[in-house]
Amino acid sequence: MSIKLENINYAYSVDTIMESAALVDINLEIEAGSFIGLIGHTGSGKSTLIQHLNGLIKPTSGNIYYNGKNIYDKDFNMRNLRTHVGLVFQYPEYQLFEETVFEDVCFGPKNLGLGADEVRARAEYALDIVGIDKELYNKSPFEISGGQKRRVAIAGVLAMQPEYLILDEPTAGLDPGGKGEILNQIAILQKEKNITVILVSHSMEDVAKYVERIIVMNQGRILYDDETRKVFAHYKELESIGLAAPQVTYILNKLKESGIAVDTSLITIEDACREIYDKMAGAERKS
Amino acid sequence: MSIIKSTRLVYDYVRLSEDEKSEEISRAINGVDIEVLDGEFIAILGHNGSGKSTFAKHINALLTPTEGTLWLDGMDTQDREFLWQIRQTAGMVFQNPDNQIIGTVVEEDVGFGPENMGIETGEIWNRVNDALEAVDMNAFRKKSPNKLSGGQKQRVAIAGVLAMKPKCIVLDEPTAMLDPLGRKEVLQTVRELNRREKVTVIYITHNMEEVIHADRVIVMDGGQIRMQGTPGEIFSKVTELKSLGLEVPAVTELAYCLKEKGLQIREGILTIDELVDEVCRLSSKI
Repeated sequence: MSIKLENINYAYSVDTIMESAALVDINLEIEAGSFIGLIGHTGSGKSTLIQHLNGLIKPTSGNIYYNGKNIYDKDFNMRNLRTHVGLVFQYPEYQLFEETVFEDVCFGPKNLGLGADEVRARAEYALDIVGIDKELYNKSPFEISGGQKRRVAIAGVLAMQPEYLILDEPTAGLDPGGKGEILNQIAILQKEKNITVILVSHSMEDVAKYVERIIVMNQGRILYDDETRKVFAHYKELESIGLAAPQVTYILNKLKESGIAVDTSLITIEDACREIYDKMAGAERKS
Repeated sequence: MSIIKSTRLVYDYVRLSEDEKSEEISRAINGVDIEVLDGEFIAILGHNGSGKSTFAKHINALLTPTEGTLWLDGMDTQDREFLWQIRQTAGMVFQNPDNQIIGTVVEEDVGFGPENMGIETGEIWNRVNDALEAVDMNAFRKKSPNKLSGGQKQRVAIAGVLAMKPKCIVLDEPTAMLDPLGRKEVLQTVRELNRREKVTVIYITHNMEEVIHADRVIVMDGGQIRMQGTPGEIFSKVTELKSLGLEVPAVTELAYCLKEKGLQIREGILTIDELVDEVCRLSSKI
C-alpha cells in the first residue's frame, strides 16, 4: 500500500513565455502508515507536490500510482482516490461555509452518500479528535475563534476518514498550546488508526518532534529524503536553502565544538537533555 | 517620553442578533494599563483570543476604546481630529503579506502611503528610496510583488509603513506564514529599525525564539496583562507560561530540563551561546 510518484515533472503556464518548472524529476514513494515531514522554502514546490498526491494537478509528465494503480488510467476512479487521500490546505478555515459547525463537518461524509446515522457518527468522531465541544456544534462557523475554525476545518477532512492525510501548515498562526494539541491528536490518530500523515511545515521544531522521515524540497527537486535525524545532520546545507535545523541541533553541535562529546544527531529537547546530563554525570563519576 | 499610554482600557465586541433585538457582548480587553517608552522594543505574547490583536488595533485607532483611554504620542485616539496624524505615527503590519500589498511594482507599493498623504513627488521618491534601503529591498524595486518570497513581501509591507515615517510600528504575527529564512529576514529588519532608526516596535508573535531580544515582554490572557518583564524574567517562569497556553524558547526549555535533573544551571538562559557557556562552565568544574 503506497502512493508512488515516478519521474514527475510539472510546469506552470506551459507553452507561454511565463513557463516555469515547479517540479523536476520527482521520484517518491509514500508508504502507508508513515509520518512524513515535507519541508522547503516558500516556492520550493511543496504545495504543488502535494496537490499531485490526490490528483488535483496532473503532471506535465510522469506517473502516479495509488496502491499500484496508475491514477491517470481511464478506468481509475478519481473520486474514490480523493476520499482516501485527504488534503487540508493552508488556512482551511476560509473554506468553511455551512450554517453550523456540525453541518460543515457533515458535508464531506454526506457527499460520500453515507446514511444519516453514519454521517452523524463520523462528524462526532472527527470533532472529538480535534477537541471541539458539543456546545459549539450548533454555532455558526463564523462566530467561533480562529483556532476553533481551524479545528473544525481539519475535522471536515478527518470525517472522510482518509487513509492518507496531508496537512499544509496546519498550525500556522496558532498559539503554542493549540498547536501542540492539534499535532498531538494527529500523532495519536496516525498511530492508532495507522493512517499515513504528511505534514508540510516551516517549523523545524514540530517536524523534529513528530515525523520519522523528512522530504526536503529545493527549487522543485527533492534534495533529501531520509530519516529525520539524518536530514537534520545536513543543517548547514539546509541553511543554505533557506531552512534550518531545530535549536537542539545547534546547541549539541556547539557543545561538541567546545569539547563536550555529545551525540549531535539528537533532535528533541528530551533526548538532548538526557544526553547532556549523562555526559556531565559520567564525567563527574570519572573524576 | 512615553509614546503609547493607556489607562483602564476596555473593549467590547458587540454583535447584534439576527432580529436585531438583542446583542451579545464579548469583552476582548479588560482593563489594560500600559506605558511604552519612545524607542522601546515590546513583544506581546498570549494565546489565541487573549486580546493581543484587539489591543494592537487600538494603537492606531482602527478600534477605539469602549472604556478608558489610549494616547498615542500624546493624542487621544478617540479624538477624530487626530485620526490622520495617528495613522501616520503608528503603522501596522499584519500576518499575511498578500493582503497588504496593492501595488503592481514594489516601489509603487511603497510609495502609496506617502502619496496618499499628499506629499510632493520628489519627497515621495526620497522616502521610497530610504524605506527600501532600510529593509534591504532596493534590488527588487522594479519587480512585481507577486514574484517575491514571503519574507521579501513582508519586508516590502514594512517598507510601505516606513515610507510614512512613523514613530512606531505595530507588527501582528508578521512571521506566521514565513519559512525559516523569511522569519530571520523580517526579524532582523525590525531589530535594525529599532536599533538604528529608533522606531518604537510592538511585536506580536507566537514564536518564543523571536522574543528573546525584546526590551520588554508583555503576556496577555483574558484581555488583561498577566505578566511583564525582560525576556529573562518572563521565560524563567516556565510552568506559569505553559498554564497560559504558551511555551518558552527551546534553549530555555533545555536549560530548565537540565536544572530539573539536578545540574546547577542558572536561570534566565535565552540564547544558544549562553547555554553552551553555562554547560562548559559546569563541566570545567568537574
